[in-house]
Amino acid sequence: MIKSLHQRNSELAKSNRQLEILSNGIFQNGDLPKFKDKIAETGQFPLKAKKLEILQINVGYMCNQVCEHCHVDAGPDRKEIMTRDTMRQCLEVIKNTGAHTLDLTGGAPEMNPDFRWFVEEAAKAGIKDFIVRSNLTIIRANKKYYDLPDFFKKHNVHVISSMPHWTKGKTDKQRGNGVFDKSIKALQELNAVGYGMPDSDLRLDLVYNPSGAFLPGNQASMEKDFKKALLDDFDINFHNLFTITNLPIARFLDYLIASENYEDYMYALVEAYNPAAVKNVMCTNTLSISWDGFLYDCDFNQMLDLPVNSKVKHISEYNEELLEGRTIMISQHCYGCTAGAGSSCQGSVT
Amino acid sequence: MQKTYYDPADLKKFGKITEWNEELGNKFFDYYAKVFEEGKLTAREKSLIALAVAHTEQCPYCIDAYTQDGLQRGITKEEMMEALHVGAAIKGGATLVHGVQMMNKVNKLEM
Ligand code: SF4
Ligand code: SF4
Repeated sequence: MIKSLHQRNSELAKSNRQLEILSNGIFQNGDLPKFKDKIAETGQFPLKAKKLEILQINVGYMCNQVCEHCHVDAGPDRKEIMTRDTMRQCLEVIKNTGAHTLDLTGGAPEMNPDFRWFVEEAAKAGIKDFIVRSNLTIIRANKKYYDLPDFFKKHNVHVISSMPHWTKGKTDKQRGNGVFDKSIKALQELNAVGYGMPDSDLRLDLVYNPSGAFLPGNQASMEKDFKKALLDDFDINFHNLFTITNLPIARFLDYLIASENYEDYMYALVEAYNPAAVKNVMCTNTLSISWDGFLYDCDFNQMLDLPVNSKVKHISEYNEELLEGRTIMISQHCYGCTAGAGSSCQGSVT
Repeated sequence: MQKTYYDPADLKKFGKITEWNEELGNKFFDYYAKVFEEGKLTAREKSLIALAVAHTEQCPYCIDAYTQDGLQRGITKEEMMEALHVGAAIKGGATLVHGVQMMNKVNKLEM
């Protein structure tokens, strides 16, 4: 298992170092345009938040996996975990929000000791779409997690899970040895309680991130290939596949630099820039809350320590109206959201 | 002076060929885009054919482009290599099948 950047004491564990890299070099000498200038070409700068639709809560950076591309720099060593007090504050927001989607993420959210309590309480708010991002292997990691499929079902949680490929080789390379077999087993268990079955209301979607320095292919055709392979080889069903572009931050940035792919990757992102994707980037309808209750435009900005540009900075002073219309904090990592068909936590945006 | 005949950066300039003949250049790119659309063959199958032909043509630009394209489509390296062997087999076969012509000629000329 690789180690988190934090554990390695890597300079990239510091967000300001990442932001420096993203603003210097090819973006400083004019080889490539800054994101701000690029979106200004079509009159889309400054980028503004619209009405809130998705509330994404990161309940902690601890994870049983240490994936090579992880933008959270998550791992077993990360101790940033949301407390029950902060969860209580989140519940207040959840009860009163106009958002139609609640999205719990991490790390592995299930590793937060108050995860089940939080899900039970949050489910009572009756939000239309209640998502938990589960990495699958957690379901097989330890006996105490074996009943997660039933627990998710009980609370009608929408499960979204990562799967970089339908073959073992590509999956394990990105996510660690043994991950593929465990993920397959977990998917079969989710299917067994009804998740992902063709006519089932128990939603099971998969997320695909490329396992290397290249962009994701067309979402619809990848979904077709994934469905066929998983059904033929493992008798697994799921609903939708979301293709997500890897953003050049945290461990993926580290990988890009170490493999000498950084510049080519940034060129590829800029070349694939699609002005039509800008108006739908997820920060325009999403708010991200960190384990310690601070507010960000998206989970990526959370990892880069770019807080919302608003008077309201923390969940304790939450005010949805004041947050609407705020100017989004951007940097060159944002090119990852506007390449090709665009990319968000819900897949393509065009 | 340019030190090599091939420069990876030239691939990005491919579109510029329209500058010196817009009509034919555009017709070519329209045709090219149409060819690679989903049809009776999937776009994925076409990508693998393109990769194999890129190798038989030994075009470094196309090899670069269709290796990337394959990865983006989730094509595995094993599938890519299998496609290459199809190209290599045809290329080898095409060389050897001309051996019949050689044999015919020898048989005709030799006593
Ligand atoms: S990508 Fe997901 S599963 Fe992998 S280390 Fe990061 S948080 Fe954990
Ligand atoms: S990285 Fe975040 S802020 Fe930048 S475009 Fe994507 S969602 Fe918006």
